[in-house]
Amino acid sequence: MKLLLVGESRDGRLPGEVLELFGFADVLGAETSMVLVGSPDVLPLFSGRLYLADIRLYGEYNPEVHKRLVLKAIDQERPDAVVFLHSSYGWDLAPRVAAAMKVAQVSAVTGIDGEGFTVDSCNGKMRRTVKPSTSSFVLTLQPGAFPALRISGIPEIIPIDADQATRVEYIGSRKPEAGVDLSRATVIVSAGRGIGKQEHLDLVRDLASVLGGEIGASRPVVDAGWLQRSLQVGTTGQTVSPELYVACGISGAIQHVAGMRGAGFVLAVNTDRDAPIGDVADLLVVADIVQFLPALTSRIKAWQASGF
Amino acid sequence: MNILVCIKQVPDPGGRFMPNAAATWFDDAGLVFRMNDCDEYAVEEALRLKELLGGTPEVTVLSVGPMRVVETIRKALAMGCDRGVHIDDPEASERDPWQIASMIAGHAMNRTYDLIFTGMQSEDRGSAQVGVLVAEKLGVSCVSGIMAFEWSDHSVTVERELEGGIRGIARLKSPALLTCQQGLNIPRYPTLPNIMKSKKKEISVLRPEEVGVDASLSSVAGFRHHERKNAGRILEGEVGQIADQVVAMLDAKTKVLRRGGAR
Repeated sequence: MKLLLVGESRDGRLPGEVLELFGFADVLGAETSMVLVGSPDVLPLFSGRLYLADIRLYGEYNPEVHKRLVLKAIDQERPDAVVFLHSSYGWDLAPRVAAAMKVAQVSAVTGIDGEGFTVDSCNGKMRRTVKPSTSSFVLTLQPGAFPALRISGIPEIIPIDADQATRVEYIGSRKPEAGVDLSRATVIVSAGRGIGKQEHLDLVRDLASVLGGEIGASRPVVDAGWLQRSLQVGTTGQTVSPELYVACGISGAIQHVAGMRGAGFVLAVNTDRDAPIGDVADLLVVADIVQFLPALTSRIKAWQASGF
Repeated sequence: MNILVCIKQVPDPGGRFMPNAAATWFDDAGLVFRMNDCDEYAVEEALRLKELLGGTPEVTVLSVGPMRVVETIRKALAMGCDRGVHIDDPEASERDPWQIASMIAGHAMNRTYDLIFTGMQSEDRGSAQVGVLVAEKLGVSCVSGIMAFEWSDHSVTVERELEGGIRGIARLKSPALLTCQQGLNIPRYPTLPNIMKSKKKEISVLRPEEVGVDASLSSVAGFRHHERKNAGRILEGEVGQIADQVVAMLDAKTKVLRRGGAR
């Protein structure tokens, strides 16, 4: 099997997840080449052909032009599969490339199953196996699903270029608003959609307070405007590794879990026994947070008052 | 000016899922269906633009699926969309993203939509492909995963959400397709007068062969429960007793209780 991996640049660097592309190729025992719009000063290390376009010319987000560049590499390399990360770069670019090739795309692959690829569905509760019917195909890999493989070697660089005409003009980027740095917190109590109402945040705050912890949030709570976006934990928020992480009414979407996988002990409180948060929870309490959180808070207070 | 919003009906993720007989997708029985999250943001953004432009744009809402999706189209009409298009396809759940995109593009091809809004991805399948594929099939420019949208005389400025909360800013001209990320806006609830009005709004019903559907490019070789990796403990029952057990476990497994206390 011959793979063309599509690398990516974030803020002028190669993100660590790029190593997972090599990890995936290794699992398949595949022959590997890579195409990258990147800086000639920051190159991935591997032995193989690297189709390289200079990021100073082609930019970090420039999908119509990057599509042409990736297609050029495909034209020369003729791979069996073109493999992206399921990242903001990959999920945007992959369907454009698949459409141009008129081939199948399987998104957010988490595993290999015979001739097919497994993907999560129904918010992580179910798993599907999808089999491309076309002779070559496009994949995007769920970050964190395959091992990061650090390999060595010096790639053989093949410069590529493409017509720079585009209808999507990239203007620049903007950093998120600064907020509480959750990455150093020892205890984080996070609220998810399952808390039901904004008023119930007080129950989450009370628990965080007796534990001397910080409050965090999953995406829907932030989207609803109940907490500021800087408190979001997950792929597009903060990555945290507290000693204790309490997930209150958080279903455990893969993007959220990616941000708290490093926690020491995970306590999840959810009315849904089958919620995917159960995958990463050391302890899953099946209960309504409105009843359970005050009970837990008062017992912790009593325990602390008893002088341990 | 014409705007198209593409929406999908999905099961509430809190439900109990069982594979269908062929093990290709879930059985509908016992599930509660509603509008896909991201798509509500798409509907809201289209309606905000309509209001900004004094109500002149016509907003069409389209959904592909079996009869039950009409209920979700009705919700979008009650939010304020002008007309509905139902591509009545009982086989929709067996189609791949390429086929769904071909049907939507088949409808949109013969109209002149200045803007198309879709959700970034669906909650049940999450391929994040259909919107971008529709744009490619129609040959219109596209940005995925937008978190901000601004319109100024056919020029569109959007923010994309990148990893770590960074926003990328891009500008493009209509005709364009934008896939909407959760958090783009706060979707409205339908008001009673609008619910009443929506009952009179027209929904055109089209069959897949009328809009054209491509051959599939992939097939499903299995659909099953996600086997639980972590055999962490599960506690159920009376909350007071559970809370006692949790305190004991936190004390045994962590140092946070001894360190804790309100600051």
